[in-house]
Amino acid sequence: MELSVSLYRYNPEQDKFPYMKNYKVKKPEKDIMVLDLLNMLKEDDATISYRRSCREGVCGSDGMNINGKNGLACITPLSEVLKGNKLELRPLPGLPVIRDLIVDMTQFYEQYEKIKPFLQSDSEPPEQERLQSPQDRDKLDGLYECILCACCSTSCPSFWWNPDKFVGPAALLQAYRFLADTRDTKKQERLEELGDPFSVYRCHGIMNCVNVCPKGLNPNKAIGEIKSMLLTGSKEDKIKVVGLE
Amino acid sequence: MNKVINISKKNNIKEFDALIVGGGGSGMRTSLELAKSGLNTAVISKVFPTRSHTVSAQGGITCAIQSADPNDDWRWHMYDTVKGSDYIGDQDAIEYMCSEGPKAVYELEHMGLPFSRFENGRIYQRPFGGQSKDFGKGGQAARTCAAADRTGHALLHTLYQNNVKEGTNFLNEWFAVDLVKNSKNEITGVIAFSIESGEVCYLKAQATVLATGGAGRIYASTTNALINTGDGLGMTLRAGFPAQDMEMWQFHPTGIHGAGSLVTEGCRGEGGYLINADGERFMERYAPNAKDLAGRDVVARSMVMEILEGRGCGPEKDHVYLKLDHLGADVLNSKLPGICELSKTFAHVDPIKEPIPVVPTCHYMMGGTPTNIHGQAFSRNDGNDFMVSGLFSVGEAACVSVHGANRLGGNSLLDLVVFGRAAGKHINEELKSGGGVENASNEDIELAMSRLNKLNESESGYEVADVKKQLQTCMQNYFGVFRRGEFMEKGVKELEEIREKSENLYLKDKSIAFNTNRVEALELQNLLEVAEATAISAMMRDESRGAHARDDFPERDDENWLCHSLYDPVEKKLGKRDVNFVPKEVEAFPPKMRSY
Ligand SMILES: Cc1cc2nc3c(=O)[nH]c(=O)nc-3n(C[C@H](O)[C@H](O)[C@H](O)COP(=O)(O)OP(=O)(O)OC[C@H]3O[C@@H](n4cnc5c(N)ncnc54)[C@H](O)[C@@H]3O)c2cc1C
Repeated sequence: MELSVSLYRYNPEQDKFPYMKNYKVKKPEKDIMVLDLLNMLKEDDATISYRRSCREGVCGSDGMNINGKNGLACITPLSEVLKGNKLELRPLPGLPVIRDLIVDMTQFYEQYEKIKPFLQSDSEPPEQERLQSPQDRDKLDGLYECILCACCSTSCPSFWWNPDKFVGPAALLQAYRFLADTRDTKKQERLEELGDPFSVYRCHGIMNCVNVCPKGLNPNKAIGEIKSMLLTGSKEDKIKVVGLE
Repeated sequence: MNKVINISKKNNIKEFDALIVGGGGSGMRTSLELAKSGLNTAVISKVFPTRSHTVSAQGGITCAIQSADPNDDWRWHMYDTVKGSDYIGDQDAIEYMCSEGPKAVYELEHMGLPFSRFENGRIYQRPFGGQSKDFGKGGQAARTCAAADRTGHALLHTLYQNNVKEGTNFLNEWFAVDLVKNSKNEITGVIAFSIESGEVCYLKAQATVLATGGAGRIYASTTNALINTGDGLGMTLRAGFPAQDMEMWQFHPTGIHGAGSLVTEGCRGEGGYLINADGERFMERYAPNAKDLAGRDVVARSMVMEILEGRGCGPEKDHVYLKLDHLGADVLNSKLPGICELSKTFAHVDPIKEPIPVVPTCHYMMGGTPTNIHGQAFSRNDGNDFMVSGLFSVGEAACVSVHGANRLGGNSLLDLVVFGRAAGKHINEELKSGGGVENASNEDIELAMSRLNKLNESESGYEVADVKKQLQTCMQNYFGVFRRGEFMEKGVKELEEIREKSENLYLKDKSIAFNTNRVEALELQNLLEVAEATAISAMMRDESRGAHARDDFPERDDENWLCHSLYDPVEKKLGKRDVNFVPKEVEAFPPKMRSY
């Protein structure tokens, strides 16, 4: 049986416009990952371009639009996405395309940097580690695991419209990762920087982010938490460090 | 793509005080130290830094922080590491790593690394292979600090975040091609190009740090990322500098059969164990005390023995099982969530219910560019070490050497942060006290451009994908877990042919923007350099030690081989270099029979 793979192609030096190119390949006997298939195609046509690195879903390089849904090529088995025998691969939507499946992630990273994605603490660090109870540490689960693949933000209509002003689900998930960390003491300042009409409030709960996250994370929930912190005026007691320090 | 850069054009030269090639854990720990120093520092990385391979590290970072056991002692960690190295790890470097380790780990925590925690709020530590209390006499220790089974992810992201905080300069998706070496044999920077725009530059620096990671892709089956192609080592070997202990490759016991993805040793640390086709926990036979937590080399060989003797699992009897279901869903979900995900995806197995099919898989390069504890690279002249001015190396690319013939789990992440930090501090001091290198001439720069130019001008030749496959198959067949002289000789011959091809590749795609074909061709040439160094070193070391196991020389031979091997890429010969047995504070651990 044959697979029909339709690939988004664009080389800025040759092509005025992007186009879809069809490739026919023998359907592999084993169920392979989309990335394996791309690697097979590339062996025949070395010009096909995409990012990849870990090939096991932890580095976040190979986010792409697979039969209409964003995902990581390396952990998406063909069996899960084939429509009939058809596969359509496009770059992540909403970001400028550099070449083929490779998008320019600058805007995405800029939003990430904007939320100050690092621990800030007023207190001098102790000799040893800061203490944190396992219960407080648990609050970071579902947040710190983000791999910055951009599958979520590039599936979000609010991010498409305002990529410069709406922080987007990925970076907001990280914003909440630091708000939720009992070791961070800049909650007030963090919230103030998110309080404008765009940064957080452009999220309309469309939930695409949750549906596509290859790590099973829930940016929508994190955004909800930020909104409620903003509403309650970030009352220090609500988010206060009930820690061990 | 500009064929030859015109170096008189200022815009094709970018100048820095310190240039770090590699944005993994070791590179970003070095840059963090330098970012605070006021020196003009840049990190170049062929992938966005958080896509570096450090992100895949799972089980943790080993260090005697006395959390699981208040009586733990860095000297015990040192003893274990020396023993694990099969006595060819340098004891001054191991001492430095184990004693400085706690500081480096606490710093990571202060930076925000989300370590898992014990009830008392301290950092969680789990048992890993080869760990003991009281110099091997007190039973299994629990010394590996973990963030669930995503420690590398947590560590790499934390380091990136703190580099963002300190305003480090990043040249992301830039590819370093070759070192620029001046007439005094000093390193003055690298030739590199922006993968996105194709712009070729001479990145000039007073200190060049190679933090380019491992090269597991020389083997057909590996736990390593596709980008682990040993580029830094390729560059130093081409520049004529030696590589140390290149025969020492770690095969990790538990790569997922068929896929190569790793399941962490932490699985066995949490209580999982290996079984053969008869359901027998066979490690009890091979390592009665440590059992499944013996050194990785020991466990990997035992697995291969089981398979060779017909007790392998599956229709082909070509793997064994890692049993975890007895740990229960709670432990698996809280301590090993990533493993559950990976094994469902790649082995179609839910470890809560069924065992995972595993097989020893190429994992870690113990060898690399020889350095001292400040990251300064060494070369050899008439049997004497001399420092290569301007050149540094840290992380998996370097061989400082703390891992010797066999690395203990969790010691690599520690190596990255301890020696990244140390190199950063040293470079800062050296450059501020007036150290540096002289300029390179135009000819020197042209020479460093020549490989790239040749590839760009190629009109016919061999296909990258074909040659890569040949190379990986050759290494897999002849330089695996067990090695034998006659086979290795065959392998070395094959590599000669593969070198011929790899030097005559045809770059089909000559386009400028994001040309991954060009990158892969350059990477292949680096793989070849590393493979050849590995093959010749392995063939010459006629003994068995640590990860280097020879059928034809099954014994360790301390009389002749209690030393580092030093591969000379110019002569393609193997020399020997003394192991350091002079730690500063403790007495040296003398070589003993190694049993677990
Ligand atoms: C699956 C897996 C799990 C592991 N788990 C553990 C663990 O639990 N504990 C532990 O201690 N160790 C573990 N290890 C080992 C450890 O992760 C690695 O040894 C370590 O992360 C290597 O770090 P590094 O900084 O040296 O290199 P890397 O993280 O590999 O980074 C290399 C960097 O160099 C850059 N680079 C390379 N070539 C070029 C070039 N030509 N031009 C520009 N940039 C370049 C890359 O872009 C990258 O940024 C594990 C390894 C694997 C494979």
